[in-house]
Amino acid sequence: MVTTGNGMAVRAERVSRLYEMGTAVIRAVDDITLDVHKGEFVALLGSSGSGKSTLLNLMAGLDRPTGGAIFANGKNLSDMSSLELARYRSKTVGMVFQSFNLLPRMTLEENVELPLRLAEVDRADRGRRVAEALERVKLDKRLSHRPSEMSGGEQQRAALARALVNRPTLLFADEPTGNLDSATGETIMLLLKEVQETLGMTIVMVTHERPLAERFADRIVTMADGKLVSDGVRP
Amino acid sequence: MKAGDLGELALRNLREAVLRSSLTTLGVAVGVASLVAWLSLGIGLQALATKRLSNSGLFDTVIVTQRRNLQNMRRPPQEASPASGSRVLDEDAKKEFERLPNVAEVYSQVRFPTEVRYNGTPYSTIVAGIPASAQGNGSFDGIQGSFFSSPTADEAILQLELAKDLSAQPSSLLGKDLVVRYAERQALPAQANMGDPARGDGNDANAGGFSIVPKEKRLRIVGIVETEPAAGFGGFGSGRLLIPLEVASTLRAAQINDLRDAVRATSGKPAYASLTVRAKSPSQVQGIEDAIKKMGFGTFSLLDATKSLQVFFKIFDMLLFIFGSLALAVATLGIVNTLVMAILERRREIGILKALGAADRDVKQIFFVEAGVMGLVGGIVGVLFGWVVGRAVTFGTNLYLKRQSLPATDVFAVSWWLVLLAIVLAVAVSLVAGLYPASRAAKLNPVEALRYE
Repeated sequence: MVTTGNGMAVRAERVSRLYEMGTAVIRAVDDITLDVHKGEFVALLGSSGSGKSTLLNLMAGLDRPTGGAIFANGKNLSDMSSLELARYRSKTVGMVFQSFNLLPRMTLEENVELPLRLAEVDRADRGRRVAEALERVKLDKRLSHRPSEMSGGEQQRAALARALVNRPTLLFADEPTGNLDSATGETIMLLLKEVQETLGMTIVMVTHERPLAERFADRIVTMADGKLVSDGVRP
Repeated sequence: MKAGDLGELALRNLREAVLRSSLTTLGVAVGVASLVAWLSLGIGLQALATKRLSNSGLFDTVIVTQRRNLQNMRRPPQEASPASGSRVLDEDAKKEFERLPNVAEVYSQVRFPTEVRYNGTPYSTIVAGIPASAQGNGSFDGIQGSFFSSPTADEAILQLELAKDLSAQPSSLLGKDLVVRYAERQALPAQANMGDPARGDGNDANAGGFSIVPKEKRLRIVGIVETEPAAGFGGFGSGRLLIPLEVASTLRAAQINDLRDAVRATSGKPAYASLTVRAKSPSQVQGIEDAIKKMGFGTFSLLDATKSLQVFFKIFDMLLFIFGSLALAVATLGIVNTLVMAILERRREIGILKALGAADRDVKQIFFVEAGVMGLVGGIVGVLFGWVVGRAVTFGTNLYLKRQSLPATDVFAVSWWLVLLAIVLAVAVSLVAGLYPASRAAKLNPVEALRYE
């Protein structure tokens, strides 16, 4: 059995994710093996329905594969209980979504504090960590604002702060610029790059925008029809 | 997740859907109010009946008579064992009864016919001796004037009908004097040593004979009672003119049963026709009755009636509980509905929470706490509602009773155990109602939940 060893952040080993739709079987992810190294910025590129988001969800522990195994920190996610998987998502993983997924009823501060509550971080530490995370995305003056009072770019920055507040080692971003204009999208990409470089964080980003991937990612993995079609380090 | 955070998130969720949460909570409150109101009514009526019956002396009283088992008369003599043999109901027996555990008091019944003279006009009626303990009897609750100032006071309390006979304005009789003419028993000189002349309640007629001498006694009217006091079956039920028992005893008035006792063959010792033994509480009647029977006396009590009454109220309370619970059962459906709707509305939020690291149990607990809070608040508000309903019904009932010239009473009794039971039940039922929604929310697939718009 191959597991994540030194230098390996997450490894997908012959991973499949099949969906049964009546009599038809849809192979969203079909027998993919992928190693992501620590500190690496990997872009999963592909057209809509290629299976890149499904693979990302499997690596983030949001979904379980129907075949193969995913290793993170030396442990097979498939063997983990529901509770262990929740802890993995809480302590090891940070997630950024295309549609930001901030809770509209909460202020910016409360949204960013939410992962700390779930991870049972002491209240005394929370304020400082929230402030640090918001300072990093330059939103430390907007603590009491609700998502509806912020622009798309600000909301995505807030989502990034929320993903970073628990100091994860893995950051999964699913089309983080998909709902943003190009200028704002670039700001987000710059932030992701900064996070990778300053914190040494491993980033796996799903995108269908090749130019962005080529500009910021260290490595571009291309998928089509659930299969890995190319895997290349950016020159 | 820590309990504090769990509570904060749950309360926030309830606040965000304040209208729906409030309506659901109100549903629980109405259910609990219904339960509390019905049960309070049951408990109140039970307490009222128990108090009235207990005060009436019907259920804490044992009437003791000399055993005159007519069936035994036909049995061969060898069947009657000494232990079950008849004993004379005399002063010694009375003292033995007083020494029995849980006996509050023992007294003889004194009741005799009399002629009352007021303003020179005669009125025939029955005089009854009233023990001092009868003051706590519910029969004297609505008394005009007062109870006897002392057990030996030459005072009288009139039953309202007699008072009306004496005066068109009964209340004007208070403080006035009346004269009671009665027949005093006097033992015949040759046999006087066999009786006890100092004790009028003892049946000195048993000593061999007595003569009747008319006597008079002046009494001050201190009270008027509306309803006829009935302190004990076979007691002074038919008395219209009530005087202290000690005073009645010292009159040595000829009683209704004297002629019968005069011709009965006895041991020659003075004896009582019957004695009333009062227990400290109705529950102790059985023990006292058994003990007295063993001593060789005949007894009678309404203990069985008490038991039947208790069974009746147990069933009555159970029925009220079921009726009251129906509304609470409907309210639990409201909770299920509210939480299931919340899952649909918050599907995406649940997905976000799970993506951020919430475990299934965290999600489940949030919904549980929401259900529990609705139950707790609904329970507390419901108890208050129930109490208000109880007060309102009591107020209305008393208004009606007042118009009927009847004394006010409390038909509702909201006890602490009922308050606690109602709140605990509301929370428990709400948690049970939250089981399905919470479990459903916890099982949501985060990927599917995040996709939900």
